[in-house]
Amino acid sequence: MYRETIIDFEQGCKCLEAGVSELKRILEEETSETRIDPKQYLELYTTIYNMCIQKHPHDHSQRLYNKYHDIVEHYAKKTVLPCVQQKHDEYLLRELSRRWDHYKVFVNWLSHFFNYLERFFIPQRNYPSLLEVAMKSFRDRVYLEVQVNAKDVVIALIDKEREGAQIDRELVKNVLNVFVQSGMGTIEKYKEDFEMFLLEDTESYYARKASRWIQECSCPEYMIKSEESLRKEKERVIHYLHSSTECKLVEIVEKELLVSVAKHLLEKEHSGCSALLRDDKVDDLSRMYRLYHPIPKGLEPVADAFRIHVAREGNALIKQAQDAAANGSLVEAQVLVGKIIDLHEKYMVYVLDCFKNHTFFHKALKEAFKVFCNKKVGGSSSAELLANFCDSLLKKSGKSDEAIEATVDNVVKLLDYISDNDLFAEFYRKKLARRLLFDHHKVNKEHETIMITKIKRQQGGQYTSKMEGMVTDMQLAKEFQKGFKGSLTAKPGGIDLAVTVLNTGFWPSYKTSTDLNLPREMVECVEAFKSYYGTKTNQRKLRWLYSHGTCHVIGSFDPKPIELVLSTYQAVVLCLFNNTERLTYQEIIEQLNLSHEDLVRVLLSLSCAKYRILNKEPASKSISTTDVFEFNSKFTSTMRRIKVSIPPPPIDERKKVVEDVDQDRRYAIDACIVRIMKSRKVLPHQQLVSQCVEQLSRMFKPDIKMIKKRIEDLITRDYLERDAKNHHIFNYVA
Amino acid sequence: MPPRSAPKPSKKRSNPDSVTSSATGPVPSASNKKKSSKEVDGTDKLFDKYANASSGVIDPEGIEKLCSSLEVPHTDIRILMLAWRMKAERQGYFTKAEWRIALEALKVDTIGKLKKALPELEKEVREPLKFADFYAYAFQYCLTEEKQKFLDIKTICQLLDMVLGSTFRAQVDYFIDYLKIQKDYKVINMDQWRGFYRFCNEISFPDMTNYNLELAWPSILDDFFEWLREKQA
Repeated sequence: MYRETIIDFEQGCKCLEAGVSELKRILEEETSETRIDPKQYLELYTTIYNMCIQKHPHDHSQRLYNKYHDIVEHYAKKTVLPCVQQKHDEYLLRELSRRWDHYKVFVNWLSHFFNYLERFFIPQRNYPSLLEVAMKSFRDRVYLEVQVNAKDVVIALIDKEREGAQIDRELVKNVLNVFVQSGMGTIEKYKEDFEMFLLEDTESYYARKASRWIQECSCPEYMIKSEESLRKEKERVIHYLHSSTECKLVEIVEKELLVSVAKHLLEKEHSGCSALLRDDKVDDLSRMYRLYHPIPKGLEPVADAFRIHVAREGNALIKQAQDAAANGSLVEAQVLVGKIIDLHEKYMVYVLDCFKNHTFFHKALKEAFKVFCNKKVGGSSSAELLANFCDSLLKKSGKSDEAIEATVDNVVKLLDYISDNDLFAEFYRKKLARRLLFDHHKVNKEHETIMITKIKRQQGGQYTSKMEGMVTDMQLAKEFQKGFKGSLTAKPGGIDLAVTVLNTGFWPSYKTSTDLNLPREMVECVEAFKSYYGTKTNQRKLRWLYSHGTCHVIGSFDPKPIELVLSTYQAVVLCLFNNTERLTYQEIIEQLNLSHEDLVRVLLSLSCAKYRILNKEPASKSISTTDVFEFNSKFTSTMRRIKVSIPPPPIDERKKVVEDVDQDRRYAIDACIVRIMKSRKVLPHQQLVSQCVEQLSRMFKPDIKMIKKRIEDLITRDYLERDAKNHHIFNYVA
Repeated sequence: MPPRSAPKPSKKRSNPDSVTSSATGPVPSASNKKKSSKEVDGTDKLFDKYANASSGVIDPEGIEKLCSSLEVPHTDIRILMLAWRMKAERQGYFTKAEWRIALEALKVDTIGKLKKALPELEKEVREPLKFADFYAYAFQYCLTEEKQKFLDIKTICQLLDMVLGSTFRAQVDYFIDYLKIQKDYKVINMDQWRGFYRFCNEISFPDMTNYNLELAWPSILDDFFEWLREKQA
């Protein structure tokens, strides 16, 4: 329609108001016909448009802007608010939601009519947009009046839903949208007017639940309920809460349900962490991990409970073994160590599986094992037991490489838990020597190497250098022996001689009687080898360990000749009887130059034990220095070859090992102290001690008193001195 | 551990022939250097009275005679103090040079004057700084062998009684008891000897509340402390 006339403001407003009333009526009727008449629409649009483009003083843009503001204000205050305020509870929410929807439609329509303002006038003047104006009005006229009540109703609904009732989620969502929108671009209104209260309510809700459930439920039941609660709360957020609420909500639930009761929950007597571990409840333990993992520091109590449980189990094993030992039964290293290994594997599975390989649990396991792996059982340290275990393991034939490797892996892990590493090395070395020298037919070189290699990987090359040297020695000795054999034109003394040369540095020290008077034939053997060795090496001294040799001797007995497998000592004694039938103890000891203890053992084995090679007068069960011995020509056996065993000398091997290691430790401590002082020059006592402990911790746990004594010794030897002003500080003496 | 290659110079070496100023005694002033021949004579004459004619030094016998002249017991601390004054090197013997040093420092040349000078000497030695030096000297003085570093328990007990008995009676008595009972230590070295003196000075006795096992007290004192604690319980 083409108008030539100016539209007067009052006139225009009348038209506007008519349109607005029409809008309101349509909204009120809530028919699906929420459409305004196109003619009316156009008229309104054009009227406003014209009023804006009219020339001054008839351009009414500003007044129209203000009018718009009045319209929405009026609608909000006079229509929306009273309707909402009339209602309560859920009806309040419904009305609010309904009115809010209407308002949005209303504003939308208006924005079409006032479009010109939106596009040109408002940007020009930099005024708030029409929508902004509308929202502000709603906020100030409606929201501020009803938000408290609305909030209360919503929270009540949420609590109802928590108790299991169904609620109208869409409604709540819509209402909360009002809160959000009322923030005018920020989330502040939602947070201050709703979220804060929701969180408070949630906190007390779950605090109540927690205290009830913790009394009524077992640990697994409680955890299931907690997990369910968390799931539901998260779901709640998805459905009708603002997404930013999620992490705060979850945090509160976790705090009330899991953190505050952690100790009580985990330590529940028949169903707590310990019981779950004991009963192998993998699902429940996994759930426990899942629940506590997201909570900061949440896993610590769980890891702690784990550690305590494992330590208890380990201690029980040890106690069992200790009690058995106290009652007199032998400490079976294989059994005990085997059980400890099984325990380790069992709980490692939990660490990997339920506890998802988390470092806390690896650490807990390690600490638990360290607690009981260092206890003594029946006088044997754990280092010794482990060495014995390895010994049995390596003497077993018929095990595959894989089986050995698996067990060795476990052994090496246990070694890591033992603080006296150096003690283990010593015991292991002693046993290794015995295996290599006396059980060489049982020795599996591959298995020995596997063990040493794996130990080396964990403890370092220096730790295993001697062991490796020993194994290599055996190899070299074999080859050397071949060369020796090849060099011989005839058998020295008519005897097949085999010599194993050991490198003194690698092997344990052995006592030997070097003045043993060998029979002539053996002397020839020794000389022959000596000269061969002299040609092949440069200025090395051989020390003959006759105490460790074996000898095969043919006994020409009357019934039939029998081959006797003897120790060299035994053979040497018997050879005396080649020249004479009877000998007294005195004669024997004088001729041979053996020690009294050694000779007694030999004679016992030959005359009082299983095989009577010699007859003894008097025929008592023990050897006395007045006894007389005679070759038993009537001796016989069904077998063609018999081994006459001789019990090893009763040296307290354990005591010697401990002494040797103690001595080595003293040197190590001395060297460590000097090293530290040399680099620091001046150091107070406590720091010196703690640094020393730290540096040596790889090998062993040094005794503080021993360190102190070594320091004093070094003072006397002028390596250190006390500071003149403060006698608790040391100076290095260059 | 290889032994230290360079032998350390012996701590007790002093230069008997030079009149050096010692930190422990009054500095002989320049005027004293030129002694009147009469005074030197007197000192020497006194020396000769007690010295062994053939060896030229005062030997144990001579010292005994000296003690009776001075009217002090043979095992009196004051003789030890005298030895300290003259920095006597060898236990039981005074050389002429050492003798001169002491008597010059004390400004005496007759036996009577020497006897009168003893209380003053004692007072001087008991000054805290000098006493520490004297205390260490006492230990060293008893080392008779060339490279000896320890003294046996019996000697230590006697020495402690003599040197510290009057000032720290309780500590000395208990410590001597302990030394006699314990089996871990057969000898005492200088560090431990010194440690005990520090113990007497620093640690309140008999409560020992300020003793700290974690500090660098010699182990023997740690053991003594624990033994005493147990006894008191």
